[in-house]
Amino acid sequence: MAEKAIEVTDLTIAYRDKPVLWDVDMDVPSGTLMAIVGPNGAGKTTLIKSILGLVKPAAGQVLVLGKPYNEQRHLVGYVPQRGSVDWDFPTSVLDVVMMGRYGALGWLKRPGPSERAAALEALEKLGIRHLAERQISQLSGGQQQRVFLARALVQDAQLYVMDEPFQGVDATTERAIVTLLQELRSAGKTVVVVHHDLQTVPEYFDWVTMLNVRRIASGPVQEVFTEQNLRLTYGGKVAFLSAAGNGKSENL
Amino acid sequence: MDIAQLFHDLVFDYTLRTVAIGAAILGLVSGMLGSFAVLRKQSLLGDAISHAALPGIVLAFLITRDREPVVLMFGALIAGWLATLFMLAVTRTTHIKNDTALGLVLSVFFGFGLMLLTFTQRLPDATQAGLDKFLFGQAATLLQRDVVTMGVIGMVVLGLLVIFWKEFKLVTFDPEFAASLGFPVRALDVLLTTLLVIAIVIGLQTVGVVLMSAMIVAPAAAARQWTDRLGIMILLGGLIGSLAGVGGTLISSSAERLPTGPVIVLVVSVLVLFSMLFATNRGLIWNWIRSRQNSRKLRARAVLADLNTLALQHPDQEHGHSVAVLRAMSPNPDGVSHALQQLSERGHAREVSHEVWALTEEGRSQASQNIKDEKE
Repeated sequence: MAEKAIEVTDLTIAYRDKPVLWDVDMDVPSGTLMAIVGPNGAGKTTLIKSILGLVKPAAGQVLVLGKPYNEQRHLVGYVPQRGSVDWDFPTSVLDVVMMGRYGALGWLKRPGPSERAAALEALEKLGIRHLAERQISQLSGGQQQRVFLARALVQDAQLYVMDEPFQGVDATTERAIVTLLQELRSAGKTVVVVHHDLQTVPEYFDWVTMLNVRRIASGPVQEVFTEQNLRLTYGGKVAFLSAAGNGKSENL
Repeated sequence: MDIAQLFHDLVFDYTLRTVAIGAAILGLVSGMLGSFAVLRKQSLLGDAISHAALPGIVLAFLITRDREPVVLMFGALIAGWLATLFMLAVTRTTHIKNDTALGLVLSVFFGFGLMLLTFTQRLPDATQAGLDKFLFGQAATLLQRDVVTMGVIGMVVLGLLVIFWKEFKLVTFDPEFAASLGFPVRALDVLLTTLLVIAIVIGLQTVGVVLMSAMIVAPAAAARQWTDRLGIMILLGGLIGSLAGVGGTLISSSAERLPTGPVIVLVVSVLVLFSMLFATNRGLIWNWIRSRQNSRKLRARAVLADLNTLALQHPDQEHGHSVAVLRAMSPNPDGVSHALQQLSERGHAREVSHEVWALTEEGRSQASQNIKDEKE
């Protein structure tokens, strides 16, 4: 765990004059499964987009595996929010998964048999190989999410960044995703996940960052996922929180 | 005029041949690029660009005093491109939304163009005559060298589509993911939009600024009905566009005083209508037939399940049950007779006596199979 997968220092991001992230520091040690939690508008998505160089910071810096993102992008896999694309786009599941290899292919080269094989293997891992030739508009929400995860898997990365992979998926898919995340961690990968369901944080993740424009807390779940930090993160909505924040954290 | 004569003219009549080839090229290029525009939710961008080209055409004439199509096209290209950049700048830097920016750019540029056009027509010399033809297009003014220019530009556009196929597909489907992979999304966006502007400019002389957007949107809309593959959709869009181009040219040449541009647009509209109704993939009629078949299948399945329930409640499984009971059990009593007919065709049920039905051996095993499937 000596190496840091992500190192965010003094990160400030603003849309026009409204700060979305304010002076955020966050370290993600290699080989951890980290959840990023916080209320709507807390800047969770903005934080991971800035890790991926998709949003330019007003101040501060982000290092990925010790270097700026644009030197390390071949080591990073990205799972955007499922709702960020048009699923009526005329293409097949296999085609979408192969897009994960486009970065490694670079310009001009077309995906060939080895990309196809990698895509099929990833689909197999997510249990949807039989959907390979399916048109993407015919997928359920859970299947769409698995397709996006398969696309990230073929990126064959060291660090995976996922934006709400559990959003609106069925229980079976949720189990499948959790299993996948744990497999990735066992293989020595680092995974950072924007997460919404506070109840499952202690069960699914070992590290957590709690965010509400400012960073409230960041560290191992059993140390920082406390009721007090939850209260700080979510403000007035304490009633909802004391129910959600129980479990291990309350005893600490 | 008979069809054979029409095809004879298509091959041997210089003007008709030139116009037909020109219309085919314009249809091909606009159909293909239009497909990308539609998938990128930029259908209306084509409309704004083509209208915005008008001041460019008139200004190019005013500056050069030359009516050479290539010169005017160049003016149109620059104006169309400026309009696009202006639009992007407005949406990025102000709170004005995309659709408002489109409307704004379209009306401002087109209004300015009309003003320039009126001003130019009052000029004393007669060289400006014919500029107003760019409003609705005039295919007959196409010369062979114009068609050659269109062909060359068309080839370049198609070549770029082939070269950057993978990248264009990626930025169209998921621009954010493309950016995370390190592709210059902004530059690819500008390139693709520039190709769209070129596709529009190619067609202005034939179809005109007012109707050109139909050649961008319609072939794509028609092609989308037939396929779920991007590559096939783009090819089909091009094919439908050129089919409309050639078809419209032939129809307008077969009658006096039929303007080519509007007829081409009418033909492509008919192709869209036909595709929406009859396409095997998404067409309304096939969908209707499919959903009817499905509901019949489901109804038969429900009646089979009902019969099975009744049979299980009875010691003698061969015992028949009256249709009236099945009707009472069904949410759709009118469909019960037809469903029973289907079941008996499949050998799953038989009529033991008048209006009294029982499951067969096969019917019983099918019913229990269905129950198992539903549990999974």
